[in-house]
Amino acid sequence: MDILGYDFMTNALLGALFAAITAGLAGTYIVSRRMVFLGGGITHASFGGIGIGYFFGFNPIVGASLFGVASALCVEYLSVRQKIREDSAIGILWALGMATGIIFIYLTPGYAPDLMGYLFGSLLTISTGDIVALGVLSLVLISYFTVFYRTLMYISYDETYARTYSSSVSIFKYITTALVALAVVLNIRMAGIILVLSLLTIPPNIAMIFTSSYLKIIIGSIIVGFAGTVTGLVISYFINIPTGATIVFVLALIWIISKLLRGWVEKRW
Amino acid sequence: MTVILEMRSLSAGYGTRNVLDNVNFKVFENDFIGVIGPNGGGKTTLLKVILGVLKPTGGELIMGDGIDKSTIGYLPQISTGDNSFPLSVLDVVLSGLMIHKSPGTRFSADEKRRAGDLLEELGLKEYSRSQLKELSGGQLQRVFLARAIIGNPRLLLLDEPGSFVDTAFEKSFHDKLKELNGKMTILMVSHDIGTISAHVKSFACVNGSLHYHPSSEITNEQLRAYRCPIQLITHGEVPHTVLKNH
Ligand SMILES: Nc1ncnc2c1ncn2[C@@H]1O[C@H](COP(=O)(O)OP(=O)(O)OP(=O)(O)O)[C@@H](O)[C@H]1O
Ligand SMILES: [Mg+2]
Repeated sequence: MDILGYDFMTNALLGALFAAITAGLAGTYIVSRRMVFLGGGITHASFGGIGIGYFFGFNPIVGASLFGVASALCVEYLSVRQKIREDSAIGILWALGMATGIIFIYLTPGYAPDLMGYLFGSLLTISTGDIVALGVLSLVLISYFTVFYRTLMYISYDETYARTYSSSVSIFKYITTALVALAVVLNIRMAGIILVLSLLTIPPNIAMIFTSSYLKIIIGSIIVGFAGTVTGLVISYFINIPTGATIVFVLALIWIISKLLRGWVEKRW
Repeated sequence: MTVILEMRSLSAGYGTRNVLDNVNFKVFENDFIGVIGPNGGGKTTLLKVILGVLKPTGGELIMGDGIDKSTIGYLPQISTGDNSFPLSVLDVVLSGLMIHKSPGTRFSADEKRRAGDLLEELGLKEYSRSQLKELSGGQLQRVFLARAIIGNPRLLLLDEPGSFVDTAFEKSFHDKLKELNGKMTILMVSHDIGTISAHVKSFACVNGSLHYHPSSEITNEQLRAYRCPIQLITHGEVPHTVLKNH
C-alpha cells in the first residue's frame, strides 16, 4: 500500500481509530439516552469558541472545547434545576454559539486560515497535536466506561431510580456530559461542525440493528466507525473528494444496507 | 419490638407546599403495614422521604440500627425508566444490587443466578434475556419487584404492587409477600382489598397526616376518624377482616 508511506496517512489512520473509539463510546451514550439534539447543540455552540480562538490568536480547538463543555454542563444544570426545558436551552445555546463565532471571525483581521477545515473537517491535514488529544481522550473514555460501565448504564436507563440508591448520580451525569462534549469537539477536526454529529450517531444506530446489548453496541459502533472512516478516507483520497463528507456518506450507506439486510433476513426466517 | 424507623413531627412536601404535616410514626421490625389513603394523600411522598430522595422540611427522620439506603428495597408506583433502553430484564433485576457494589466491580455468577431464580419464581424465566419493551405492564411490574427484593432488604417499600397482578399470578404473588414478610418489614401502598386483607398486620392512613392503626381489622368508622375516606378496589372475595361494617 503506497499511501501508507506518507506521514499524513499514518496520522489519518490513527485519527480514524481514535475518532471511532471516542465517537463510539460517546455516541452510544447520547443515542441510548436520546440526547442526540444535545450533541448538535454542543457542536454548534463550540463554534463560538473557534471564533474567539481566531480573534485572540489561540488554538481554536481549545476555545471550542471550552465552549462545548461549558454549554453541555449548562444544559444539564438547567434541566436538572428545571428552570427551562432542556430542548429550549439547547436551541438557545446552539444559536448563541454560532452567532458568537460568526461575529468574532468577522472581527478577526485578515483571512481565517483553515476555517473550512473546522466547518467540513480535514482528516488529511490533521495535526499530531490533534491526534495526541484524541488518543488521550480515547484512553480516558475507555477507562471511564470500563470502570463505571454498570453505573453509567443504569443511570442512563432510569435516573430517578438510580437516585434512590446512589447520591452521586448528578456528579456522574456532569462528568459524562463533559467527556461527551470533548469527544464531540475533538472529532470536529475529523468531520467538521456540519458533519460531526453523524460520526457519533450513525455507528451506534448501525450496531443497534443487530444487537440490543449496551456493551455490544459500544464495541459494534467502534468497529463500524473505524471501518467506515477508513473506507471513506481511502475513497476520498483516490477520487479526490472531501474526506468528512465521504466518511459520512459511507456510514449512511452501511446503515441503509444493514437495515435492508435485517429486513430481508427477518422475512426469510 | 425493635423500631427500625421513626418519624417525629415530620413534614415534607414540594416547593413551599407541605404534603405531609406533623407525622409521628414508628415502624416496628417485621410489621406488614398497609399504607392506605386517597389519591394525592401523600403515600408516595411518605415512601420518598423514607428513601431519602425527598428531604423533610421539618421534624426528624430517625433510622434504626443498620437501616440505610442499602437495606431498603423499593418498588416505584410508576416506572421512570426508558423501556426501549438497550438493557435486558436480567440486567434490570441486577441493578437492585448496585447499592452494595463499589464502582468497577462486576456481578458474580452467583448473583446472576440469584437474579435468574427470582425471575423464575415470579414466572418470568423465559424473559430474562428479553428487552423491557417486549414485556407487558404486569410483567414489567414483576421485574421491578424482583429488583426491589434481590438485595434482601430489611425494609421493603411497595408502591401499588398489586395494580397489575392478574388472577393467575395472584396466588404466587401473595405467597411471595408472605415469605418476604418472614424476613423483612414491609410497607405496602395499595388500593386493593384482596392484596391488603391477605397480609397486612397494621394500617397507616395517610391523608396529609398519618394515623397508625396497629391491627389488621379496621372499620369504616375508624377510617373516617383517621380522615381516610378511601375507596378500596375489590376483586374476588372480600374478606371480612377489612372494612368491617357495624
Ligand atoms: N414532584 C412533585 N412536585 C410537586 N408536587 C407533587 C409532586 N409529587 C406529588 N406532588 C403532590 O403531592 C401530593 C401528594 O402526592 P403523592 O404522590 O404522595 O400522593 P399519593 O398518596 O401517592 O397518591 P396516589 O394514590 O394517587 O398515588 C399531591 O397533591 C401531588 O399533587
Ligand atoms: Mg402514589
